Amino acid sequence: MIYRESGQYKTSYEADRAVFPLRQDRIGIAVIIAAAYAAGVFGSDFLLQAVLIPFLIFSLAAIGLNILVGYAGLLSLGTGAFMGVGAYACYKLMTAFPEVNVVVWILMSGFFSAAVGVFFGLPSLRIKGFYLAVATLAAQFFLQWSFNRIPWLYNYNISGAIEAPLTTLFGVPITGATATAEARYLVVLTLVIGLTWLASNLVHGRIGRQWMAIRDMDIAAELIGIRPLHAKLMAFACSSYFVGVAGAMMVFLWYGGAEYNVFNIDQSFFILFMIIIGGLGSLIGSFMGAALIFMLPIGLGIVLPAITEPFGITVGAATIEHLRFMIVGALIIFFLIVEPHGLARLWQIGKQKLRVWPFPY
Amino acid sequence: MNANTTVERVAAPQAAPVAQGGAAVVARPDAAAREVLLAVENVSLGFGGVKALTDVSFDIRKGEIRAIIGPNGAGKTSMLNCINGFYHPTEGRITFKGETRQKMRPHEAAAGGIARTFQNVALFKGMSTLDNIMTGRSLKMRANLFWQLVRFGPATREEVEHRRKVEDIIDFLQIPHIRKTPVGKLPYGLQKRVELGRALAMEPELLLLDEPMAGMNLEEKEDMSRFILDVNQEFGTTIALIEHDTGVVMDLSDRVVVLEYGRKIADGTPDEVKANQAVIDAYLGVPH
Repeated sequence: MIYRESGQYKTSYEADRAVFPLRQDRIGIAVIIAAAYAAGVFGSDFLLQAVLIPFLIFSLAAIGLNILVGYAGLLSLGTGAFMGVGAYACYKLMTAFPEVNVVVWILMSGFFSAAVGVFFGLPSLRIKGFYLAVATLAAQFFLQWSFNRIPWLYNYNISGAIEAPLTTLFGVPITGATATAEARYLVVLTLVIGLTWLASNLVHGRIGRQWMAIRDMDIAAELIGIRPLHAKLMAFACSSYFVGVAGAMMVFLWYGGAEYNVFNIDQSFFILFMIIIGGLGSLIGSFMGAALIFMLPIGLGIVLPAITEPFGITVGAATIEHLRFMIVGALIIFFLIVEPHGLARLWQIGKQKLRVWPFPY
Repeated sequence: MNANTTVERVAAPQAAPVAQGGAAVVARPDAAAREVLLAVENVSLGFGGVKALTDVSFDIRKGEIRAIIGPNGAGKTSMLNCINGFYHPTEGRITFKGETRQKMRPHEAAAGGIARTFQNVALFKGMSTLDNIMTGRSLKMRANLFWQLVRFGPATREEVEHRRKVEDIIDFLQIPHIRKTPVGKLPYGLQKRVELGRALAMEPELLLLDEPMAGMNLEEKEDMSRFILDVNQEFGTTIALIEHDTGVVMDLSDRVVVLEYGRKIADGTPDEVKANQAVIDAYLGVPH
């Protein structure tokens, strides 16, 4: 009843091409954004540091990978490494030019991972699918090796790790040991909202259509005049930009420091699972996938003891950890069987049902 | 447009500007006298030991509907693939708009004004009808990455301007009701129509149609025939089509070229081709 488009007439093509054509959707997004900012002010440190900051960062990385896999149809297993490029580039820039604001460097670091992404995207012009995935593995292993073996990248630290120096934004510390979770969360939130907006503009415009055309039928796309070289490398560049920025944010606004093995292949798979569960070719799916894969284990860690304790069963921390893995695994399989197109499709079906409610169709 | 064409073309095109629509119908029999848009000269195409095309020559003249017919495996689709740069002929040359191209890429052919539909529908299945046809206008869109990113200014103006053109095509093909439907969900006949729309969105000079009526019922064939004639007469688009329905081919086309086993066996008006003994033996057959 509330989710109806009746009475909302579009009188111009501008209105018709809006990302959120329904008034209810626009209100919903505004409420979510307001709630997200409110969480920064009223949320506990645990909520911000252990749940929301990583959730947002992984969402951004998932958006990046989704541009490549979901929109352009190019399978990549190098996400972890591209996050690393962003992080190490940001570290070098921060330490070389400490007078420039860190937020600028976080956004700039994406361009380095974009350049590296374009280079490792070159094989995509000749190979597709699993073969391309294997080719991107080369990026994963080579870059991870570089992070470990090229001491220049971590400024010859004896520990071999990169660490966030203290930096401020408007006088408030946002990286380094003294930065509060609240300040970091607000920076992450603002950056993620801004970058998501850019990603949404990109995929809803000409470039997005070209990517999808290449994904759905590359021969026809070429005969229409889309240059596969441009479109594919553009997808690698944009994707790697978002992934790189996510990597820089992960190290400087969440962990506070990192070693080369943070950016291993597990990280790549982790992000890939997020977009498969969330929905390929969907921005909201990227958020949903990140939420499910990242927050579900945390949620279970809290819920499981609460369920078992009233029955007088005390479960050890190790057992809970095992149970968590088992339940998350089972849920992932369940979701994929129920809706192979991911949570984004479930969400769409739900919205469609709501639109015609109380009638079945 | 180029000056080196022969004297014979002077008569026909001069009459054309008087009444485009009417003149086209009247001028049908004179198709052979018009300016050459595309010339195929001694083209051969081989894949290893297999010869798909052997020494084929014909031309397509401005504003005509040119049919390519022949039995299965005769090399018709290979011919179209050569024309739009998907295959490169092993021998011979193809001249389009007075320009002979060596190893042209498909997107260059598209930029030159050649559009194409496919035998098996090759739409972008995950996208809506509107987006499919909008994609057909990619070449004409210019807004740079910055404006695309902020979705403002030139990007919006351009998008709306092209949307208007696309809506004209949607109206022309009578498919406004499926504007927002993902094309993967559409029935076959409509998919063929959307594919034609996507090709039309490119505003081509030469439109290649590969079996536009395959698998359609009578009514759908009649609709599609009407669209093809309208495109030819209203937009003045030159059309080359491959089709197996001989009745449709003979009614629609100005001139027909017949291929068999990669060789040209006949070329001429529908009546000439129908009477040609080699064509009857190879393809048409005789009524029992």
